[in-house]
Amino acid sequence: MSTARFLKARDIAPWLEELGREYTVLAPTRHGDTVVFREFEPERGIELDRLSTTPAKKALLPPCETLFEYATTKTDTPPYRTSIELRPTLPEGKILLFGTRPCDARAMQIFDRVYDGEQVKDPYYTARRNAATIVTLACSGQAGTCFCDRVGGSPVDATGSDVLLTPLKAGYVAEALTEKGMELMRDTAFMKADGLRQEALNVRNRILEEVPERTSFLDMERNLLSLFGDLGFWDKTAESCLSCGACTYLCPTCYCFNITDEPHGDSGKRIRTWDNCMSSQFTLEGSGHNPRPTKAHRMRNRIGHKFSYYPQLHDKTLACVGCGRCISNCPVSFDIRNAVACAIQHAAANAQEHAHD
Amino acid sequence: MTSNPPNVYLPDMATIQEVIQETPAIKTFRVTLNNADRMQAFSFEPGQVGQLSVIGVGESTFVINSPPTRKEYLQFSVMKVGELTSRLHTLKAGDQIGVRAPLGNAFPYDSMRGRDIVFVGGGIGMAPLRTLLLYMLDNRAEYGKITLLYGARSPHDMAFSYEVEEWLQRDDMHTVLTVDNGTPEWQHKVGLIPNILKEIGPSPENAVAVTCGPPIMIKFTVQALQELGFGDEQIVTTLEKRMKCGVGICGRCNIGSSYVCKDGPVYTLAQLKELPGEM
Repeated sequence: MSTARFLKARDIAPWLEELGREYTVLAPTRHGDTVVFREFEPERGIELDRLSTTPAKKALLPPCETLFEYATTKTDTPPYRTSIELRPTLPEGKILLFGTRPCDARAMQIFDRVYDGEQVKDPYYTARRNAATIVTLACSGQAGTCFCDRVGGSPVDATGSDVLLTPLKAGYVAEALTEKGMELMRDTAFMKADGLRQEALNVRNRILEEVPERTSFLDMERNLLSLFGDLGFWDKTAESCLSCGACTYLCPTCYCFNITDEPHGDSGKRIRTWDNCMSSQFTLEGSGHNPRPTKAHRMRNRIGHKFSYYPQLHDKTLACVGCGRCISNCPVSFDIRNAVACAIQHAAANAQEHAHD
Repeated sequence: MTSNPPNVYLPDMATIQEVIQETPAIKTFRVTLNNADRMQAFSFEPGQVGQLSVIGVGESTFVINSPPTRKEYLQFSVMKVGELTSRLHTLKAGDQIGVRAPLGNAFPYDSMRGRDIVFVGGGIGMAPLRTLLLYMLDNRAEYGKITLLYGARSPHDMAFSYEVEEWLQRDDMHTVLTVDNGTPEWQHKVGLIPNILKEIGPSPENAVAVTCGPPIMIKFTVQALQELGFGDEQIVTTLEKRMKCGVGICGRCNIGSSYVCKDGPVYTLAQLKELPGEM
């Protein structure tokens, strides 16, 4: 049974339209000057030429979702009793993510370790995740803000993907990598393309050859930890930050959320929404106490989480996939690469100083 | 409806059986889960917490402050501080609340067996200590000397007064009370907790100190304990953080790589020193 097919570029939209009957299809599409991941509609078309401005994470963790609905009923004779019924609203239906990039697909695995862990499983996330098939397009090259190669990935990395598309002239070689991927490709009318596998591999190798040699951010978790008492460093690092949170919303690996209730009379719902750790209110307690009172604290936590805390907990995997969206969309041009490189340098210098003491 | 995996976000509905006005700002709620089988099977360890919901308003974290040795209800003591706690304070016996519990870790009460215990509680921080204290009193022979230092801003801010009286009478524990601001009737100490602690001067030998209170009080209490010779492994505290999910996912209660909701809320000072200083 063949698991490689050739997709002509012009056949993709009709195929996705057909799949729309069985799946909720999400794909990158043009929206003004930007490219956003959203539900595929033929008239909106599909945009595969550049990395989408928004990540694909909303397919698995929507910006806003209902956890449960509730209804309150009161008896109208004494003794007056109230009863409250809770109805969980677990997601249903199959999801197809088409045209994710390797960084976005890799980010899904970073979510998995937290939302589908050994101890705790998030039932909403896992329902979507188990029902999702991810078709990833290998990148033809890296943009100036890309740094997937420095955080353990690459422009052609297949981690987290069910199908990998490799761009050839006039189309894509689609290789199924998982059971879900095979199921998706098996029933298509696309031309079998096992003969093109070698050519696809050559293309990917050529793309890899273009990746520059540069320092990696891996294995720095302990090193960085030594810098966390140096608030002055984080003050300087966070100086220009506006705490707007654009970086967190556009980050494919940021997964923090809030839970709030929305009442409408006697009924309502409990919802969860994406949250932003760069906001001063994120950790503000009812008493007025705030364990992360300044943006220096919050910057330390954000960078700390991605490059130290998460790797300490999850086999040294960084919680950053190097997509560069936080860099290209930051209103004050904050560059996380510089911040991390500085932090590593600073920590090393501190260590050396201590060695001389 | 059965769901697999279990829905960690779905509270058990519970009925408030009794409300006790502890102080002008603190009320204690005794609740039972509506599902009798769930209530029967409910088990936890001293120090674990729960998320209480006023459905339609929200959810917040409170320690289960009845000990597992007393099973007829679950008790939570709530200080009126913000929106949710203000709404909780309007509830009466018979009202419905949501409970997600137990969450988090417990006091290391096993490794405390055979040792002297020094409790230092400030304000509402007495709530988690009460769980462990009652557990130890219910298993009195297994623990050494028990000392309790409990402080509040003023005499009428002192919670659990009905039990404090009993604790003062007991000859198998030493209870010291202090307030920041005394009144003419106040028979006990006046002064800040860390100062009174140094005055009492409990011996660190084969002892464990357990402290909880406002962050600033914990900070100076820890310093006082260190001055008395308590080592980092001998100082245990339980932390409060803003929490949402309660299961280590939502990302706001972490201190470095440790999630207070799941890896805490109980830490030794030795464990805290391994983490970035973000109290």
